Amino acid sequence: MKVVVPVKRTPDTAGEKVIDADSLTVDREAGESVLCPVNEFSIEEAVRLKEKHGAEVTVLVVGPEEAQPTVRKALSYGLDAGLQITDEAIAGSDALGTARVIAAALEATEFDLVVFGGQSTDARTSLVPAAVAELLGLPSLTYTRYLEVDGETITVHREHEEGWDVVTASLPAVVSVVEAINEPRYPSFKGIMAAKSKPLETKSLADLGVSADEVGAGAASATMYEFAPRPPKEAGTVIEDDGSGAAAAQLADWLVEKKFV
Amino acid sequence: MSEMLVLIDHSDDGPRKVSLQMLTKARELAEITGDTVAAVWFGPGAADAAPTLGAYGAGKLYHWDSADAYGYVTLPQVEALEYLIDTSEADTLLFASSNHVKDVASRLAIRMEAGVITDVSGIELAEDGRWVATKEVFGGDMITKSTFAEGKLSFLGVSSNAFPAVESNGASPELVAIDIDLTEEAKAAQVVSVEKVAGADRPDIGEAAVVVAGGRGLGSEDGFQLMEQLADMIGAGVGASRAATDAGWYPHRYQIGQTGRTISPTLYLGSGISGAIKHRAGMQTSQNIVAINKDAEAPIFQIADFGVVGDLYKIVPKLVEELEARK
Ligand SMILES: Cc1cc2nc3c(=O)[nH]c(=O)nc-3n(C[C@H](O)[C@H](O)[C@H](O)COP(=O)(O)OP(=O)(O)OC[C@H]3O[C@@H](n4cnc5c(N)ncnc54)[C@H](O)[C@@H]3O)c2cc1C
Ligand SMILES: Nc1ncnc2c1ncn2[C@@H]1O[C@H](COP(=O)(O)O)[C@@H](O)[C@H]1O
Repeated sequence: MKVVVPVKRTPDTAGEKVIDADSLTVDREAGESVLCPVNEFSIEEAVRLKEKHGAEVTVLVVGPEEAQPTVRKALSYGLDAGLQITDEAIAGSDALGTARVIAAALEATEFDLVVFGGQSTDARTSLVPAAVAELLGLPSLTYTRYLEVDGETITVHREHEEGWDVVTASLPAVVSVVEAINEPRYPSFKGIMAAKSKPLETKSLADLGVSADEVGAGAASATMYEFAPRPPKEAGTVIEDDGSGAAAAQLADWLVEKKFV
Repeated sequence: MSEMLVLIDHSDDGPRKVSLQMLTKARELAEITGDTVAAVWFGPGAADAAPTLGAYGAGKLYHWDSADAYGYVTLPQVEALEYLIDTSEADTLLFASSNHVKDVASRLAIRMEAGVITDVSGIELAEDGRWVATKEVFGGDMITKSTFAEGKLSFLGVSSNAFPAVESNGASPELVAIDIDLTEEAKAAQVVSVEKVAGADRPDIGEAAVVVAGGRGLGSEDGFQLMEQLADMIGAGVGASRAATDAGWYPHRYQIGQTGRTISPTLYLGSGISGAIKHRAGMQTSQNIVAINKDAEAPIFQIADFGVVGDLYKIVPKLVEELEARK
């Protein structure tokens, strides 16, 4: 079985995020960038497929040259190979543009299963996995909290507000995962060392046969043109309880005054 | 003049609140543009909901009452919407910005080369006739405006509680039944069963007006019984921090934050939650924030409208009593 795990390099949310005023995109160099934390779960699931079914796993990153450490980081969890798609024309792509690049990269690869994160921590659109599935004409088994592969069949539990749907489909398929699916392990020292010598291929849009005007800011079907920081919140009332819980009465008064009860 | 489609998100009990909020907004926008508003309903229950949908603004109600609509993943709805957009004057689609619905919009946008903006909290009409969407990014730290490329179909994913739901005296809408034959591709992923979990009768945190949330400070799984007791008292949903879901005290689907749900209730009431940036990213757009925490330095107090410094196990039971007394 061949598995591809597309992962994203995102700004570390603990750091400050900066939008570049000229390009109106996230200034990825302003703060520290990391492997998108949600992808730790998709990587872990791929590692489990490796352990259980001997799957061969390739990590795929669409991003600038500086994203290479993210590929290596993903490899350090024990994945087999890295593929990075780098091209200046990709900058400013919206979710659908990014999906076009990922889909083109997948079309040029052999795979049975693609394992996405449920959302990226910066864009948070969750649009990419379903868009990629659409472009490839495959089922989109997204927000999965459990998955099982049996021969050519995949069964997943898709999480929703009221529980989950049990869904089956034939491979190849596209899945995305939610955090409930597993507990990611840390890369081992051996894994980190081995990652340095794992094969890593870099491709451009031309290599994939994607024309530059299908992606990037120019091809985006929706564009952000204005931004402002959220106005700071006025300080609220803070009261101290005397240890008896008596302060609850004041809170109850406030809730009544605000008509919440 | 064109048609604005509003994809109705509903449960077995009827339309979700976000659907009535979307219809209210659509009606308001249609008054400016002269467009008509049509609701779209997949699955059973359309006729029962029709008077309500009309009251909130739907002039027409397209419905597809077929087992096919929900028997397979995502694509039946994509194909039905594609058919509707192809055969009507529709150029705008409003949908609930929640996970499974976003998938429908995403696949449809690829098919129809449309533009999609998710997590929209405001919609205006620009002078050139295009929609301008307000969207909060980075967990609400930044407020942005976006618009669609010229001539594109416009899909707007609306956040829960972004708009009020206001009834007008609209009549019951014209019912238009649709029936489409699915492609083989659309039947590729089959829904074998739908598992509902206990607690699903409490309001969903994504749309509840009030959300009670608990964190590591609860100390154990039992603490959530207290949270549920408080929640049921005030008709609230119950959410949790990741520390609590990671500990297994409460299911992951109730996690609020950067890697959980994003909520904007009128009231968030958090107990034993420190207010880490990754938690705030999912709740700081709440209209009112109440925090109960024994540490006066906890960051949650920086964004709280009302904070109580103290032991939650002293305060919350008393609060339940006090609220009972005021009922
Ligand atoms: C990649 C990543 C993603 C994350 N995503 C999320 C996310 O989506 N959502 C999320 O919530 N977190 C997320 N986190 C975790 C986040 O950083 C915090 O660790 C987490 O929010 C802390 O949860 P907490 O506030 O319940 O616990 P703590 O930070 O430990 O706070 C517990 C609080 O309870 C108080 N307390 C203790 N006992 C009592 C008592 N008896 N009475 C009153 N107060 C008491 C303490 O003073 C303390 O402030 C993420 C972290 C990472 C690395
Ligand atoms: N630039 C990218 N390169 C590779 N994978 C990506 C990229 N952007 C998004 N993804 C994948 O798509 C998932 C959902 O992201 P999003 O749709 O941005 O919320 C992520 O968890 C990744 O698995």
